[in-house]
Amino acid sequence: MNSAIQVIPLEWYLLLSTVLFTIGVLGVLFRRNAIIIFMSIELMLNAVNLLLVAFSSFLSDSKGQVFVFFIMAVAAAEVAVGLAILMMVYRNTKSSDINTLNKLKW
Amino acid sequence: MITTYLFYLLSFLAIMFGSMVVLSKNPVHSVLYLVLTFFTIAGHYVLLNAQFLAAVHVIVYAGAIMVLFLFVIMLLNLNKETEPHKSIWLKASAAVASGSLLVVLVGSLKGASTIQSTNAFNPNIGLIENLGTTLFRDFLLPFEVSSILLLAAMVGAVMLGKKSIK
Repeated sequence: MNSAIQVIPLEWYLLLSTVLFTIGVLGVLFRRNAIIIFMSIELMLNAVNLLLVAFSSFLSDSKGQVFVFFIMAVAAAEVAVGLAILMMVYRNTKSSDINTLNKLKW
Repeated sequence: MITTYLFYLLSFLAIMFGSMVVLSKNPVHSVLYLVLTFFTIAGHYVLLNAQFLAAVHVIVYAGAIMVLFLFVIMLLNLNKETEPHKSIWLKASAAVASGSLLVVLVGSLKGASTIQSTNAFNPNIGLIENLGTTLFRDFLLPFEVSSILLLAAMVGAVMLGKKSIK
């Protein structure tokens, strides 16, 4: 079986990553539940990961895949701290609605 | 030929499950759809000859991060439709804004068909031997720094999770 990058044009991967990233942006703008917003951020990170792997395969350069490892490490750290903050917010406000967090809003 | 069909199938499923993450009302359903999205992305990695990365992706995302999400949702008892609704104007403006972003990004990809690869195709770059060589030869310092980042994140999560900080 051929590698996908030999039979699929690179633009299809670019388009797919763009659509997934936009879905993530839509989730951040559309929803008020902080957990869903976190999940949308994960979706955006994964769209970028997919694009990095596609380019790495296209250019036959393993550096792109090593970058994906670093993005995974950053995503894990982000989720650990973010969910801890969310627990803290829930403990204080009894809700996960981000609109209750408006003390810093102008 | 089968690769092409698999690509179309996986892309369709990824976009569909990604939309379901955003659109489903129940947070638990969102998490489960996100797990399915991650599996389709892992399938894309396998098609792109990044087998080791696909395995790591499934372990880290579907195995660790999503379990953490589910755990927090269960702990906060959010597994019901408690979300207050945004006004219709805010929803419409969110849809218009992200649609405009999509149009701009797709428009910026217009010249992408002229990109040429300068290297000969090598099907072995996704194997663990090549990745390890690159990671420990070219990216040794970022590797060590990311370990400090993970330590800091762990300490931060423990500090934030404590009942009362003295």
